[in-house]
Amino acid sequence: MSDLLASDLITPDAGEPPLLGLASVSILKVAPLARFSFRARTASLKKAGTAFGVPLPVKPLTSETTAKRAALWMGPDEWTLLAPEEDLQAVITGIGSKLGNEPHALVDVSDRSEAVIVTGEKAAWLLNTGIFVDLSQETFPVGTVTRTLFHKAPVMIWRIGPDAFVVEAWGSFMDYVAGLLVQCAQELEAA
Amino acid sequence: MLLIYCPYCEIERAETEFRCGGEAHIARPSDPEKTTDDDWVEFLYMRSNTKGIAAERWRHIHGCGRFFNAVRDTVSDEFLKIYKTGEAKPDLEALAREAGK
Ligand SMILES: [Zn+2]
Repeated sequence: MSDLLASDLITPDAGEPPLLGLASVSILKVAPLARFSFRARTASLKKAGTAFGVPLPVKPLTSETTAKRAALWMGPDEWTLLAPEEDLQAVITGIGSKLGNEPHALVDVSDRSEAVIVTGEKAAWLLNTGIFVDLSQETFPVGTVTRTLFHKAPVMIWRIGPDAFVVEAWGSFMDYVAGLLVQCAQELEAA
Repeated sequence: MLLIYCPYCEIERAETEFRCGGEAHIARPSDPEKTTDDDWVEFLYMRSNTKGIAAERWRHIHGCGRFFNAVRDTVSDEFLKIYKTGEAKPDLEALAREAGK
């Protein structure tokens, strides 16, 4: 999956069996990650981006990535920062020392949510069984990220490739989200 | 389904992503010590409950999470104007005239 965004960061969890493996769409659990909720004012963004290793996007619903870092726009003063698990402490000290006394909040939320990768030509179709967002590539190009609802559960969706999405939900909602995705995919088998 | 424009995400989204936060432009008493009980009641509970063109707070709770303000016709559900928190309250009568209401 090397053609996908943040390919050394968003990796399938080798210890977990695939949740779904159809020819047209598959669902894989994502290996654990360091996740941060970062909030700050405009004046601090440049420094924070330098410390984190990737600039923080200011354009709504976009992301900035390197192989091992991802900064996702969540709101006008809020970002989700992703890094490999082993870099957790480095990110905290890096941003903390660079920003010093400038008002900001950097919170470790690594265990708050879980993620799955939905890939395949029917990936967007499958997400649209529960998400009321136009996922065509014109309006939702690669790199687009947003919070929204999947049926009744709040989720974050992030397009990391033309046919690949990361779907993140809070831990206690993931069985509901993944379960409904798998159930909806049965329609593809039936067709 | 109603589509609502979020001024922070700069996109229209389904109403299920939003919550209405009640009447907009209600200022909290600036000096609580000197505020009378009647004024607190006015601030906390009394709302104009307009039938027609009203300015409301809305929150994109299942999106960017931000509050913004919107002028909505409470009869037809039509949104006439959407603006960011902190921007001045628009002239509701002018908006109503423009919309032919
Ligand atoms: Zn929004």
